[in-house]
Amino acid sequence: MAGDRVTTVRVSSDPVPAATIAASLAPPRPRRWLARYEGLALKTAGVAGVLGLWELAVDLGWGDPTQVSSPVRVARAAYVYLGTAQFVEDIAASALEFAAGFGLAVAVGIALGFAIGWFRRLELLLDPIINFLYAAPRIAITPLIVLWFGIDLASKVAVIFLMAVFPIIINTAVGVRSVDGDLRDLARSFNASDWQTLRTIIVPSAIPFIVTGLRLAIGVAFIGVVVGEFVAATAGIGFSIQQAASSYQVDQVFVGLIIIGFAGVALTEALRRLETQLARWKAR
Amino acid sequence: MNAAPPLLEAEHLALEFEIARSGEIFVAIRDLTLAVARGSFTVVVGPSGCGKTTLLRAIAGLIPCARGRLAIAGRPVSGPGDDRAFVFQSPALMPWRDVLGNVIYGLELRRVPRAAARARAEAMIGLVGLTRFARHYPHELSGGMRQRVNLARALAVDPAILLLDEPFSALDAQTRETLQLELLRIWGETGKTAIFITHDIAEAVFLADRVAILSPGPASALLDEVEVALPRPRTAHTRRDPAFFALVDRVSACIGRIDPLG
Repeated sequence: MAGDRVTTVRVSSDPVPAATIAASLAPPRPRRWLARYEGLALKTAGVAGVLGLWELAVDLGWGDPTQVSSPVRVARAAYVYLGTAQFVEDIAASALEFAAGFGLAVAVGIALGFAIGWFRRLELLLDPIINFLYAAPRIAITPLIVLWFGIDLASKVAVIFLMAVFPIIINTAVGVRSVDGDLRDLARSFNASDWQTLRTIIVPSAIPFIVTGLRLAIGVAFIGVVVGEFVAATAGIGFSIQQAASSYQVDQVFVGLIIIGFAGVALTEALRRLETQLARWKAR
Repeated sequence: MNAAPPLLEAEHLALEFEIARSGEIFVAIRDLTLAVARGSFTVVVGPSGCGKTTLLRAIAGLIPCARGRLAIAGRPVSGPGDDRAFVFQSPALMPWRDVLGNVIYGLELRRVPRAAARARAEAMIGLVGLTRFARHYPHELSGGMRQRVNLARALAVDPAILLLDEPFSALDAQTRETLQLELLRIWGETGKTAIFITHDIAEAVFLADRVAILSPGPASALLDEVEVALPRPRTAHTRRDPAFFALVDRVSACIGRIDPLG
């Protein structure tokens, strides 16, 4: 180690120009402040700009508020809706569907993904089916699922499961297959059992791929929630959107949209934090 | 030296593997006879594609022998074993484990009790000079330090034979020379038998008791063996010894004769 460090010093021992030192000692303050908050400022400006234009356009009479609503009207509708028992019922119904469908997809998707990534023959056996179902617009099968599973929880769980399971299967399998060959050899050279190799090499290598699969799955699972409730439901955020639209409550439609949007953002962010936790070892 | 039976013997060894896409059989080594004495430092050199790494992988038990005999301490090699450990060309470190976690890996797989494994791993980390970095992750280390971890991990399981597959080939010249000296020091302290693969002739002569030269692949064979009688311990001065240059020339001439384009 001593040798490596000497090498480093030797390589970087050129005299540093005085101007560079001065610049690195006294960075101009305002610029650093701007650099730190520029991203946040631009994001806020983008959102505020869109909302402002929307409100302005409706106020100037460019659009019919009963058709296109406006941020103020949406906020008012949200304030009312969030205080109702209906909201609690809707959010509980959607959350339960999501938790059951997504949870099932995670369990089945990860298990099947590992099996497919590990056993070459199983991959060949299932590859055409999985590829077809992954590429096909699976949402189109929803009416049939309602026919099979009825209008209760089961049909929504089935739709969400079908939407979410494929990205998880495929990403997990890719993760298992793309394990560094040298690390496999390392385990073999130490005479590791299959189980030991799986636990110490394959699973940790596959985790980033699995998390990517989960992130894709969250997005499509939300589509599943909404469409499932559009087709057949008695409660839920998607159902509330459907009901509101059919009775011309455009404000209420936007409230539902925003609730689902925020839920999606929150879950994706939670997953990103989990990913950072699991990948503490990565270069930041 | 010749009195004791060799630790590793290859007799008319042939190594082949099937190319996955075409299904053709690729002959890496056609006919190789080699004996490695216990405690010696043997370096195998040869041009790229001559099957050096294949040979090392066969000794490690990672690939089977097609024909001939390959035996360690008189017993045929049938798979990986506790008596050998591999030092990879790429450091092959688990990026999600710190230095200690990587070095302890082989001991963990062999179910060495945690406290003993940890003490052993820490001792090996000390031996390669990384004690201060035991809790660092691979991405925080330089290339040379990663190869030190690679070496410490192999040493941790206390193998009789250390198999080194061009471990310094990706390092800059100064780091490489430092690590060559370090490797010789550690080899001297631990008394391991070392089999080292390289295409760098100066490196081969500097490290070796004996240099085995392979012909260009495919279907390589042993071209020649050169005894390196330079005194030990070898130091930076060894590289300026006329005898060192003479040996480098001899090995170069041997390779050059059959491969003028290098």
